Amino acid sequence: MKATIIEAINDALHEEMASDDRTVVFGEDVAESGGVFRATEGLLEEFGGDRVLDTPLSEIAIVGGAIGLAAHGYRPVAEIQFSGFLPPAFDQLVTNASRLRWRTRGEITAPMTVRTPYGAGVRALEHHSESLEASYGHLPGLKVAIPSTPADAKGMLTSAIRDPDPVLFMEPKHVYRSFREEVPEGEHTTPLGEAAVRREGSDVTVIAWGAMMHNTQEALADLPDVDAELIDLRSISPLDRETVVTSVKKTGRCVIVHEAAKSGGFAGELIATINDEALAYLEAPVRRVTGFDTPVPLLSMEDYYIPHPPRIEEAIVETVEY
Amino acid sequence: MNERPRPGPSGSVDVEGVSQGDLDVGTHRVVDADGSVVSPEAVPDLDDDWFRELYRWMVLQRTFDERATKLQRRGMLGTYASGQGQEASIIGSAFALVDEDWIFPYGREAGALLMHGLSMRDLLLYWRGVEDASRMEGANVFGFAISIGSHIPVATGKAWGQKLDDEDAVSFVNLGDGATSTGAFHEGINFAGVLGVPAVFFTQNNQYAISMPFEEQTAADTVAQKALAYGMDGIRVDGNDVLAVYNAVATARERALAGEPMLVEAVTYRRAAHTTSDDPTRYREDEEVEAWERRDPLERYRSFLEKRGLLEAVDEEAIREEVNELFDEAVAAADDYPERDPEELFEWLYADLPPELERQRDAFLDLLERRPELYEYIEHRPKG
Repeated sequence: MKATIIEAINDALHEEMASDDRTVVFGEDVAESGGVFRATEGLLEEFGGDRVLDTPLSEIAIVGGAIGLAAHGYRPVAEIQFSGFLPPAFDQLVTNASRLRWRTRGEITAPMTVRTPYGAGVRALEHHSESLEASYGHLPGLKVAIPSTPADAKGMLTSAIRDPDPVLFMEPKHVYRSFREEVPEGEHTTPLGEAAVRREGSDVTVIAWGAMMHNTQEALADLPDVDAELIDLRSISPLDRETVVTSVKKTGRCVIVHEAAKSGGFAGELIATINDEALAYLEAPVRRVTGFDTPVPLLSMEDYYIPHPPRIEEAIVETVEY
Repeated sequence: MNERPRPGPSGSVDVEGVSQGDLDVGTHRVVDADGSVVSPEAVPDLDDDWFRELYRWMVLQRTFDERATKLQRRGMLGTYASGQGQEASIIGSAFALVDEDWIFPYGREAGALLMHGLSMRDLLLYWRGVEDASRMEGANVFGFAISIGSHIPVATGKAWGQKLDDEDAVSFVNLGDGATSTGAFHEGINFAGVLGVPAVFFTQNNQYAISMPFEEQTAADTVAQKALAYGMDGIRVDGNDVLAVYNAVATARERALAGEPMLVEAVTYRRAAHTTSDDPTRYREDEEVEAWERRDPLERYRSFLEKRGLLEAVDEEAIREEVNELFDEAVAAADDYPERDPEELFEWLYADLPPELERQRDAFLDLLERRPELYEYIEHRPKG
């Protein structure tokens, strides 16, 4: 079937709830109204109020509750309406979710999924636009996954729900409905922790994830003379070092694109990984194209912040011509 | 496993503790749904002109919400949160404040902020996503708490400062029923209770947090009773009765100044969508909305004015004309506001621009100059 990212997420939730009756979906406005982005549409009608719940307005209760429910053997899929509202529950991720297995030496685990739309570009109010994947990726014990296509959205969300460990599933809301593509019907899983090479090439490795994959593809379309290898990282944690390192060894050049602020952003970790394992292969410094070290501006300035294709093109050309 | 047996609960005797039923939280009301005075002694002691002024502000609030929503539909405003249905709560509360007080807004209280000295142009600019508007120039307004409840502990801290400086002013916090479920609410008001600071936590219980009805937001019967858990007093007031709200907030303000912070719950109804991005028909019945329309706060107050013989001196047409003109002027002023300069993006994050940020700024400005096609990706205006 052809589906958008949001439709694919909805499909994955329907599939998983049907296949495992211990899967429970909850969050703010997910049941009665089907979610502010309609990700959970139809679930209440199909699976009933015991398994699809609207919660009080408390991110701490949602994430903390998911941890406890998961520890009791359920498969909670909690929604945090916008990732900008996740910070209050950062405590639960740090204090409990990410270290429950470790703390109890495997006795108690938290196989939960927290879904949350992230990223700029939808012209919303403050706190609706951030990309804090590096902050969450910095927590040992928490997996952080970001799909960029409908097929991956379905496959990776299914894998996240089935994963024995807690997964933060960050959804690029800017491209929720931008395009449709073929999504496998029925059961479809995509392994977590594996990057995808979207396009093979020999001049330069370009790495992106989430909505920035699309800006990067647009930039590459404007550079027909550059034979770029494009990696969709898909997983912030665990990191697929092999795919990154193999590609950079082949091309000798690398550009990393992310929407999050530059300093302390995940590109830094990728560059360190490349330095560890492929430094001698580099023919140019690794460049990064990122958001600025500022909050995401309100809507009238938002577009200045987002790494649009000309910025990405500039970095790719400079790296190739270095 | 424990090898020594124990009885478990089988041998116990029931214990009675405090229970929900022990508490009867009354609702303060001055004017009934039909405009008749319920308790004459509770009618505020105000000059006739003030009674009429109160009505003007309510009309202004409603007009602002209607016109802002229309502007948003035409793509001339970003997402907007209307206070339609809550005019008595919004206006009655602000009427009891003084300019020196600090308002911590939550979004729907346009009229309160304008009464507090904010310019209508800046309010529109805020909803157009222009950061400059959040300076809240000319008004003691802290800035919108878009992350629900996040402002509550901050208001406690601000009130702490007011207390330390022995100021004759309070921190007045607007929040919704949804915010009462956040940790920030409980932690913030508990701290206020402990410190005894001049803070008033004003909950506009409009029955909905987006789609979540109040009955499902909390198992408690009221918001007001939550005050008791923090050693604080609470007031529950009919939030569609502007005079009752005025009394309640004025009382709470006085108590707060005396070192007793208070939690006020105004029971009202959000008639509009949560924001212009929301479709409330997905989660509530028309009949419910219509029932609350019949309890319209403006109608009720107009009936009160009429019964008191004050309505004749109110020129409804003239008020509407005046507030519409104000709105037109504000839109024109907002339209005239200078286009955003990309340099602004890097300002105001720190007192002094750090070298790395300066470098990012210079590189970006240089890129904009060399690659003007970048401007094709820049859209300053909201989308409808």
